[in-house]
Amino acid sequence: MQEVTATSRHYVDRLFDPDPQKVLQGVIDMKNAVIGNNKQKANLIVLGAVPRLLYLLQQSSSGLDLRTECAVVLGSLAMGTENNIKSLVDCHIIPALLQGLLSPELIFIEACLRCLRTVFISPVTPVQLLYTDPTVIPHLMSLLSSSQKTQEYITQIFSLNAHTHKNTHDDAPLLCVQTSDHQTVLFNHSAVQHIAPLLISPSYKVRMQALKCFSVLAYENTQVSMTLVNVLVDGEPLSQVFVRMMQRDQPVEMQLTAAKCLTFMCRAGAIQTEESCIVLKTLPCLVRMCSKDHLLEERVDGAETLAYLIEPDVELQRIASTTDHLVAMLADYFKYPSSVSAITDIKRLDHDLKHAHELRQAAFKLYASLGSNDEDIRKKITDTENMMDRIVSGLSESSIKVRLAAVRCLHSLSRSVQQLRTSFHDHAVWKPLMKLLQNAPDDVLIMASSTLCNLLLEFSPSKEPILESGVIELLCSLTQSDSPALRINGIWALMNMAFQADQKVKVEIVGCLGTEQLFRLLSDPDNSVLMKTLGLLRNLLSTRPHIDQIMSSHGKQIMQAVTLILEAEQSIEVKEQTLCILANIADGNTAKDLIMTNDDMLQKIKYYMSHSSVKLQLAATFCISNLIWNEEDGSQERQDKLRELGFVDVLHKLSQASDPNLSDRAKTAMQQYLA
Amino acid sequence: HSAGLHYPGASVPAYSTFCCLSGDEQDLNERLKRLYPAVNEEETPLPRSWSPKDKYSYIGLSQNNLRVHYKGHGKNHKDAASVRATHPIPAACGIYYFEVKIVSKGRDGYMGIGLSAQGVNMNRLPGWDKHSYGYHGDDGHSFCSSGTGHPYGPTFTTGDVIGCCVNLINNTCFYTKNGISLGVAFTDLPPNLYPTVGLQTPGEIVDANFGQQPFVFDIEDYMSEWRAKIHGMIARFPIGDRLGEWQAVLQNMVSSYLVHHGYCATATSFARATQTMIQEDQTSIKNRQRIQKLVLAGRVGEAIEATQQLYPGLLERNPNLLFVLKCRQFVEMVNGTDSEVRCLAIRSPKSQDSYPGSPNLSPRHGASNPHLHTGGTESPTCSNGVTPLKSKNRSSIKYPSASSSASSSTSSSPSSINYSESNSSDSTKSQPRSANSTQETRWETLEKKPNIYIYILYIDSEMEIEAEHYSNGVVDGSSARIMNGTYKHEEILQPDDNSVDEECSNGRQLCGGNQAATERMIQFGRELQALNEQLCREYGKNAAHKKMLQDAFSLLAYSDPWNCPVGQQLDPTQRESLCSALNSAILESQNLPKHPPLMLALGQATACVQLMARVRSGSCSFARVDNFLH
Repeated sequence: MQEVTATSRHYVDRLFDPDPQKVLQGVIDMKNAVIGNNKQKANLIVLGAVPRLLYLLQQSSSGLDLRTECAVVLGSLAMGTENNIKSLVDCHIIPALLQGLLSPELIFIEACLRCLRTVFISPVTPVQLLYTDPTVIPHLMSLLSSSQKTQEYITQIFSLNAHTHKNTHDDAPLLCVQTSDHQTVLFNHSAVQHIAPLLISPSYKVRMQALKCFSVLAYENTQVSMTLVNVLVDGEPLSQVFVRMMQRDQPVEMQLTAAKCLTFMCRAGAIQTEESCIVLKTLPCLVRMCSKDHLLEERVDGAETLAYLIEPDVELQRIASTTDHLVAMLADYFKYPSSVSAITDIKRLDHDLKHAHELRQAAFKLYASLGSNDEDIRKKITDTENMMDRIVSGLSESSIKVRLAAVRCLHSLSRSVQQLRTSFHDHAVWKPLMKLLQNAPDDVLIMASSTLCNLLLEFSPSKEPILESGVIELLCSLTQSDSPALRINGIWALMNMAFQADQKVKVEIVGCLGTEQLFRLLSDPDNSVLMKTLGLLRNLLSTRPHIDQIMSSHGKQIMQAVTLILEAEQSIEVKEQTLCILANIADGNTAKDLIMTNDDMLQKIKYYMSHSSVKLQLAATFCISNLIWNEEDGSQERQDKLRELGFVDVLHKLSQASDPNLSDRAKTAMQQYLA
Repeated sequence: HSAGLHYPGASVPAYSTFCCLSGDEQDLNERLKRLYPAVNEEETPLPRSWSPKDKYSYIGLSQNNLRVHYKGHGKNHKDAASVRATHPIPAACGIYYFEVKIVSKGRDGYMGIGLSAQGVNMNRLPGWDKHSYGYHGDDGHSFCSSGTGHPYGPTFTTGDVIGCCVNLINNTCFYTKNGISLGVAFTDLPPNLYPTVGLQTPGEIVDANFGQQPFVFDIEDYMSEWRAKIHGMIARFPIGDRLGEWQAVLQNMVSSYLVHHGYCATATSFARATQTMIQEDQTSIKNRQRIQKLVLAGRVGEAIEATQQLYPGLLERNPNLLFVLKCRQFVEMVNGTDSEVRCLAIRSPKSQDSYPGSPNLSPRHGASNPHLHTGGTESPTCSNGVTPLKSKNRSSIKYPSASSSASSSTSSSPSSINYSESNSSDSTKSQPRSANSTQETRWETLEKKPNIYIYILYIDSEMEIEAEHYSNGVVDGSSARIMNGTYKHEEILQPDDNSVDEECSNGRQLCGGNQAATERMIQFGRELQALNEQLCREYGKNAAHKKMLQDAFSLLAYSDPWNCPVGQQLDPTQRESLCSALNSAILESQNLPKHPPLMLALGQATACVQLMARVRSGSCSFARVDNFLH
């Protein structure tokens, strides 16, 4: 070690030689010494070579050769470990190199760009450094016309700089997700116009990097995608250029990236899903990428991109499900590491292990997309060998990515009544699902709780065991979450749970949730949360004994809540749901009094009976009808009171209503007076 | 039951509506040629329609045998009926594809699309029997030589287009539905399967597309993938530790090729760069080069002399070659290029042999069309009158004799010596006479009277009439093909500076317009005639020689030999094959290979690929030699 440092020291010392010619030779010798030698690189960095090299690089007195060689050596140092990159960035290499791009000498610019490219490839380099100085991007754009090398490096910087934004929990099939801010900056500096001609460059590397740029620019960006469809490259529409790049004799990397571009343009709404470049080209290309013939990375990428492409479109889901036995092909994704590889080849085993998680989560994602709408496809998926077992074990895998994808898949399949009744019950999927709900991160929790909602539907045989597992507390805690999606799922699951439930369950729900929380949910900023809460109330307040029981303990608060909502500015749907709750209350024995003794409430009901919305009129009439129903105790007094308040006149008027439902309902109510 | 039943879609126009129009047959041919370039249809014709003979009686055909309809009772599976295409799928297709459009699903839609071998029962749907494979519309199942199907793809019905692709490289098959691949259906397919469809209930109608129309599925894209795969296999063929050995072989091939054609300087510098040895010594190469230059310059007399001097006994041992050379010498006398007439010519000191072609043309090799030549077709500035070759031949219709077309057919393979005996002897004989008679009216107006010379030549010649047995010439046709090279004129005639100027075609005259030269030519013609007779006596009659002689003499029948039906002979490119024949003969006499190994390897590879097609190796389709020649 001592010796190594001594030689390294010698290299650094030579950088300080007064003779510029000797300095140049020193830099060249250093270049040859560090190539492929990470230890040497680390040594030189420790010994402070970087600041000196940067100094020499920036001095205009250094001479072109020396400055260029300095950039080359720095680029070589950047090829080392992540720590090397960190040290370089800490020495402010980026501003120095960006400054170097202003040089008139192409050879020096190319060396700087190459080094910059290497630095930015690393995930430890903050991509923001490229965007802090607003003059950098336009200058890079202008350099695109200089040479094939500048084209290659700059497009690579544009397409790779977002690696740092890689997000393990993200749904996106992109390895690199660029923030839309950066997309906009590039777009505003005419990145599309500058890069499009590079797609037909004679250099494969340039074509490939330009293509990658477009995939990064178009991702979830409608503005860019819409622009791209109208771009012509040498007289040919860009989408056709992408289609050509997807031809089967092109390199796989190119096919896959071109398919991504078209996928993103399609998802951004710039290309219709039924267009042949999607149906007959992009989709089959992505299915092909899932086949055994391809590298594991390509199969992961292909499956994720395909899942993203077909996610919103049932027709694409149907086509994909029949293409090249895709559903069966994906089953192969679960066979890594294969038993063969373990025995024969350690290197292969290592490789398989590394990709096994990625493969599984990609397959789950694609299954989730495939099965999100079509019942036949869901059946095809659950019929695939050991599929349910795989999902079940996926739910408890160590990798969070796999867990999330597995639960997404389960959620997609849980939309099927048939599957809920059969395979879900047979495989007791609720058990791992419940386990998953404990201490999971939000995105997993959202999917898991959403799946739970479906499992709690009344026809689901899993509902009983789930209830017995004591899930109520968990669901109640979800309703207190900051995430609206979790609040909805929590309350939704409770609503499903309360539907036609035993009194014991209902009491437990009310007790656990607490009226305070119930109120909070009724004033939730998210309208869906409010709707589901009202739905929960409605389900709680059904069958007479339950109504009376709950109203006797929480009547005051519930009536307050109802009043508040009816007085507030709310949508028709919300008010209708509220009036339905009121109608349920009116159906109770003792609960009726809570309305009858509340003149203000009666006035409100009367108001809604004359509302412009038939829905609200109907719900309010229902409420009155329940109050005056004959066969019940005290019906005479209630009828009298309501007559005094003028309800009979209102009912009479409603019996003439043009809406047949409403007039029927009013007539039925009127008959209570006649009997 | 059969009366009054209307099945929807039955009136839909056929999938191949336009196939009855003229020109569509040609479209089909072109499309098939493009899809399956390796298929030799003379050996293995491609399926183009359903066979009216190879079908069950319940099957009806219409629309040029492309539309199939069911005309049985359709009560149960015993009423199933199939039809096969006219021909089995040739292995040389590599990838074969056809599509079937469901015009109407009829009563129950029991349609099967697939493949079957010859002789499989036609009273069945494809897939039910041994050597029979099908995909059925009613349940979407695939049937692999069995009555029980396996779940395979979606069902199909009226309006759907189902495609069937046979991969003859790995012997698998997949189907497509409306342009989407459904994945592999069958593996380990036997050879010689026919496209087959089967129907089972009334009203079922399907239309086939064997290439009559563009396919819905992009089959060419699929083919391109396999082409790339096979080219990749070839490019990455493992040679292991024999790298050095291969390099030596390749260097030898290049070097011997250069030496063979006499590119002495290039060969020497190549040998220096690769540190290899040249087998032949420099003087020998230069000698051959000199002789070749003379032949290519049209100075055949000098070439013969040089050969006799440098390689004594060579031509004596090859009398046929000598005869061919002398014939050519005669032609060059007509041309005014041979030295015997050039030295006599007063006003034609310059070489007339314009040898067209761009200055940097290298020898050509075309495995598929070895008769390519640069003259005329490539260089319209040719002053020798041979440029407008094709149109001249076409315009030769004004010569009504039967032989004019025959001789133009001879001249259509200009760069090889044609030994074939395609002409009947009386037509060849009649040619000069009839041609002569057409010229008769203008006889007196001609300042020069070339036509008379032909009489002079024919007076004492007794032209043989009977057809003769073909006796093998010096150069056999097939070998001449692959060794054919085109030389650039400028390089060859480097020392001959005065030959650069070319006379304009209008000024061209017989034997350079010199009387003495003309007389010399006539005399030479007589000698040639005598040589022919002598050879006949010694070796028997030779039809090729006779034909050659007649063609050469025929030149004299026209006032402008350069623009006559046999004028092709005067084209300098005609010298090439003779040149290579002479070169080969010299090399052989020196115990050196007659043909360069490079060309042998090329010919061998080409033959190999053809052989692959015959032994049903589908990859031959994508391993074609011309894919690798640039």
